[in-house]
Amino acid sequence: MRRGRKGALAALAVLYLFAIFAGFLAPYDPAAQARDLAFSPPSRQHVLGTDGFGRDQLSRLLYGARISLLAGPLGAAISIAGAVLLGGAAGFFGGWIDALIMRTGELFVAVPWFYLLFAVRMAMPLRVEPAQAFLMILALVALVGWARPARLIRGVVLSARTRDYVVAARSLGASNVHLLRRHVLPQLIGVTLTQAALLAPQYILAEATLSFFGLGVGEPVPSWGNMLAVLQRYDVLSSYWWMFIPAAALVAIVLLYSMLADPLHDGAGGR
Amino acid sequence: MTRRALWMLAAGALVCTYTLSAAPQTSAAPEWLVTRADEGRSGGQLVVIERAEPRTLNPVIAVDAPSKDVIARTTADLIHFDRETQQPQPALARSWTASPDGRHFTLSLRRGIRFSDGEPFDADDVLFSFRVYQDEKVGSPQRDQLIVGEKPMAVRKIDEYTVQVDLAEPYAVGERLFDSLAMLPRHLLDRPYTEGRLPQLWGLGTAPQAIAGLGPFRLREHVVGQRMVLERNPFYWKTDRAGHHLPYLDRVVFTFVPSEDAQAVRFQSGDADVTTRLSAANFDVLFRDRGGRNYDLLDLGPGLDYTFLFFNQNSLAADAPAPVARARAWFRQLAFRQAVSLAIDREAIVRLVYKGRAVPLWGHVPPGNKLWVNRTLAKPPRSVEQARARLRMAGFSWNAAGMLMDRDGQPVAFTIVTNTGNTERNQIATIIQDDLRQLGIAVNVAALELRALLDRLLNTHDYEACVLGLGGSDGDPSNEMNVWLSSGGTHLWNPGQPQPGTAWEAEIDTLMRRQLVIRDMQERKRLYDRVQALVAENLPIISLVSPNVLVGVTKGLGNLRPTIFDHHALWNVEELFWRGRPSGAAR
Repeated sequence: MRRGRKGALAALAVLYLFAIFAGFLAPYDPAAQARDLAFSPPSRQHVLGTDGFGRDQLSRLLYGARISLLAGPLGAAISIAGAVLLGGAAGFFGGWIDALIMRTGELFVAVPWFYLLFAVRMAMPLRVEPAQAFLMILALVALVGWARPARLIRGVVLSARTRDYVVAARSLGASNVHLLRRHVLPQLIGVTLTQAALLAPQYILAEATLSFFGLGVGEPVPSWGNMLAVLQRYDVLSSYWWMFIPAAALVAIVLLYSMLADPLHDGAGGR
Repeated sequence: MTRRALWMLAAGALVCTYTLSAAPQTSAAPEWLVTRADEGRSGGQLVVIERAEPRTLNPVIAVDAPSKDVIARTTADLIHFDRETQQPQPALARSWTASPDGRHFTLSLRRGIRFSDGEPFDADDVLFSFRVYQDEKVGSPQRDQLIVGEKPMAVRKIDEYTVQVDLAEPYAVGERLFDSLAMLPRHLLDRPYTEGRLPQLWGLGTAPQAIAGLGPFRLREHVVGQRMVLERNPFYWKTDRAGHHLPYLDRVVFTFVPSEDAQAVRFQSGDADVTTRLSAANFDVLFRDRGGRNYDLLDLGPGLDYTFLFFNQNSLAADAPAPVARARAWFRQLAFRQAVSLAIDREAIVRLVYKGRAVPLWGHVPPGNKLWVNRTLAKPPRSVEQARARLRMAGFSWNAAGMLMDRDGQPVAFTIVTNTGNTERNQIATIIQDDLRQLGIAVNVAALELRALLDRLLNTHDYEACVLGLGGSDGDPSNEMNVWLSSGGTHLWNPGQPQPGTAWEAEIDTLMRRQLVIRDMQERKRLYDRVQALVAENLPIISLVSPNVLVGVTKGLGNLRPTIFDHHALWNVEELFWRGRPSGAAR
């Protein structure tokens, strides 16, 4: 178990280093179009082939990792922050606060947010940097994603609050702040870390989905999502296998994150 | 959108005949039209891919291409234009005379023919149809073309089978004004019309028996969201040389497949017999994988559509923010537009986006429009050097990072909008983005949903640059009055001007108005050549490319004579037949 976690963590770290040092590692400018080499298969010049504009796939994969790998932790962090705040409050205070927050949460889960995103994208001014526009959309997705983790966190807080020693501490006159810091938050660390590790790959995949519907990062900035979006085209899907490479990268990263999530739960939750 | 603004994705659903008029017969016998086409055999069905569900089956109000594609199979007009010869041919009018100035037409109607519900057709139906189309309250998009010199044309009944049409002014369009104007059944529509209900009639829920037309097919069934089935009209007025009644096919099925890629897949799998909007990329895939499959792929060469880039040149409100005003000033400079045009690699667009199945354009009339294209226009080759020189002379400069700066030292950057779902236009925008990067211009590309895009272009004018396409109809300049007149609603770069804003726009106005009222084809061509030259010199639109028309058809379809005009494969649907055993997709 522990070895798996370490391995996953190391592999993820390497991937993140690749993304950070994309500028050094990428053999070409990711936006440079070598128009005579459109859709050329992997070769010595272009190790992972080129796309429909003759842009180097390897360079785009490396630069694209910045967006895609950032989307995971960032989206997860925003969602978890909202979940800890609201779910924690619901669990800790209980009563009508609990009811209000949890009913609101159910509402958030039920609303089809995807259509809202289209409207938001339409309403944005035209001249927004591609990466900026994407971050705004992602933040929005992450914000409305607080409800599911919030349920879990509420449950943990609720059970922590009703433990005998917590009740005892309270009866001895311990303040809310003290109770939170001393007894409740430590219980939460394991859960939130696990949740973050589970949510991060979901947001990486969300980036791919958003790009698939044209809501993601705009040209010429690469992301794994918009690199995969060309697979919507029948000719690309059926003719150029190297255009699937970003999909392999996505699968790998999602697997690594889930390997990380399992032992995290065992390790931190049981303490 | 009016008939003259049928741009975007080709429209003008025109059925054409390839015909000889029947010899006059006694008044009792029906006067069939005998076609020259090969004799075929009856039976079978044809499954045709349509990219969207028609919105209506009412010929009076239909504007969308899918509706028109279906309606053109269920209705007929008085005079047809043959899409191969571009000459007028008899249809419901078996013959006609025109006065030399083109103001008076006398049409002799075919006797003894019937609507698809069995009721007879005569001059009263023609009079009724013109009354409906010209009625302002009905709001038909065809009304535009029937109002000549701001007066409706007068239509009089001479006898039961003769009609006289008088125009207030000479009209270059001539017989073309009758083309694709569907004749309506007075016996069904007179009451709804007088009660003011006609525009709401013949919507998608209508029972097939309540609809009648003079076309080769009639509605049989409509499955919402999936398909529309037409069946043979037993009363149709054409026969082949052997005297067999047309059409040959028993059924035509329009199946709705929204995405172009799904269309290619459905066609390849044999679910459909005809697809007419293949992209070049998918055309190549289907061609590569054609082995052992039962289809033919036809590249009909450059069509009538043209794709272009244009800049927002609308006049500004006094309180416009400074960045908007600054950008507008660039866009209004000819040198800026010339530099952009010089920097764009049109050959790369042809190669990368259309796999070579397109032609680069330097003028707005594509070479597919053989009657009207001005072949003398200059075709300046791509030159980033010259583009830079042009910008430098106009007072632009470059900063240390190589970014283009305007006279006031502000960086030049703008956003190109185009519509979502159009892969080609988005790819073109990405190529332009990279081309202009070499001039130091930072270009953003934003894809908007088509309706949101049109709203920005034509109403709010809130955009900077746009990649769009126009085309369709029959290539006659009279169809694009609304685009080229400075007062026109689709004068894209600056629509609805009360007075032409520039000298060259004023000259185009004069030329376009003049070509509309003279009958001499050579003189009209001379005038329109000048319009093309003015557009190419002043670049209100920067013409880029004209795609080839690519069609896929199941093997064994007799009399198939595809054209670059709409509907590429179905224009002579009444003559189509299956060789060998009646077959077709989804038998």
